[in-house]
Amino acid sequence: MSDLFSKFDPLIRQREELLATGLTDPFNLVMEKVESPTVAICNGKRTILLGTYNYMGMTFDPDVIAAGKQALDDFGSGTTGSRVLNGTYGGHKACEEALKDFYAMDHAMVFSTGYQANLGIISTIAGKDDYIVLDIDSHASIYDGCALGNAQIVPFRHNDIEALEKRLKRIPEGAGKLVVLEGVYSMLGDIAPLREMVAVSKANGAMVLVDEAHSMGFIGEHGRGVAEAQGIIDDVDFIIGTFSKSVGTVGGFCVSNHPKFEILRLVCRPYVFTASLPPSVVATAATSIRKLMDSADKRAHLWENSKRLHAGLRQLGFTLGTDEPQSAIIAVIMPDLEKGAAMWEALLHEGLYVNLARPPATPANMTLLRCSLCALHTDEQVGEILGMFAAAGRATGCIN
Amino acid sequence: MSDRAQTLAKVLELIEPFNKKGIAVSEGTRFAQDLEWDSLTVLDFVANIEDEFDVIISMNMQAEIETVGQLVDALQKLTA
Repeated sequence: MSDLFSKFDPLIRQREELLATGLTDPFNLVMEKVESPTVAICNGKRTILLGTYNYMGMTFDPDVIAAGKQALDDFGSGTTGSRVLNGTYGGHKACEEALKDFYAMDHAMVFSTGYQANLGIISTIAGKDDYIVLDIDSHASIYDGCALGNAQIVPFRHNDIEALEKRLKRIPEGAGKLVVLEGVYSMLGDIAPLREMVAVSKANGAMVLVDEAHSMGFIGEHGRGVAEAQGIIDDVDFIIGTFSKSVGTVGGFCVSNHPKFEILRLVCRPYVFTASLPPSVVATAATSIRKLMDSADKRAHLWENSKRLHAGLRQLGFTLGTDEPQSAIIAVIMPDLEKGAAMWEALLHEGLYVNLARPPATPANMTLLRCSLCALHTDEQVGEILGMFAAAGRATGCIN
Repeated sequence: MSDRAQTLAKVLELIEPFNKKGIAVSEGTRFAQDLEWDSLTVLDFVANIEDEFDVIISMNMQAEIETVGQLVDALQKLTA
């Protein structure tokens, strides 16, 4: 019998070698207690959280928590059913209403996770003989959505408008075209030139889907994302988003103005063949989404945090993923996985949690320490964070 | 030179800038195992091929193409 697990041997070996150096496993961290959106207890130590995507700090909002508790009392712990059978409660509809109001769009469809939203929408709307043109640095959920469907998949170089246009022009006449873009690319925290890319897509007869998972609540006047900030949200056919970042719970969604959008509820398999979100989750999501509508002050403070961390890290001598802060993600580029893991551990010892990202999730085989800021990080905390980076960077030899 | 020989010659020319190990490339050369290309190298190379021949080689098609000879065959079909 051949062992089906032998294909994982290179990864098993790499992990063993890394851990044999005595390093803490970066992919096995346990939060023993969570005090707030910005502080948790890890290994008995008070740790500042700088890698949670909890951009707007809604996870401990009193109104959000109250709504969740009330829904638990009123509707029970779970729906035990699909959205199209017994799994749609008042709360799910209220959540979709909140999304329609938030984005000022006609339709909203709530999925059980953001991953499933991409999986479902992409695999369902692009069929055999259609073409999906996507940025090479797209999230795994987008690639998996492509893999689940039957369309022809055509990638183009990251954020390259000309490369996108060339490929669109080569697609056979009459074929259906879907261009898939992201507002913020989560690995380096850079944003897409959506204004130009959406224009090129429309000029070539393509529908456009934009994943705004990392911009919702924060970027754009109303927090609708990069498409809003760049003034072209009305030209975007589908926006995909998640509740597991700014909204502060779990779930995913698609909003659209397409007149036939509602039919997706019957034909989209990752929507139909899974259980719906628990009532408490949709209640917290709906409450959070409505509060995010008027959070201009928090958005402003989050920008301040992002700018200050970016400038401070650069001053310390770190190499960053973008020349200017473009989102709430600041990526620190490490020379290799060993150094990156050592730096990650040194930061944890200082009392700071960031995300360690490594190939194949990263572009160009980079090892990254990804920092995601929160609107509730105080000025003092950002100062503390910079002090920890300085100490850990010097201890590991990443900076002088 | 036949049509196919011309295509092969062009493909070999476009492979050279990415032939970091300087191996001898023939129709049987495999992109992943012999040239040891990663996904970004493949993207750049495919983009150059697409521009040269004015075709689309989708990821679905790429999955079926393992060797230089198979790429030439695919290009013959696409440009026929």
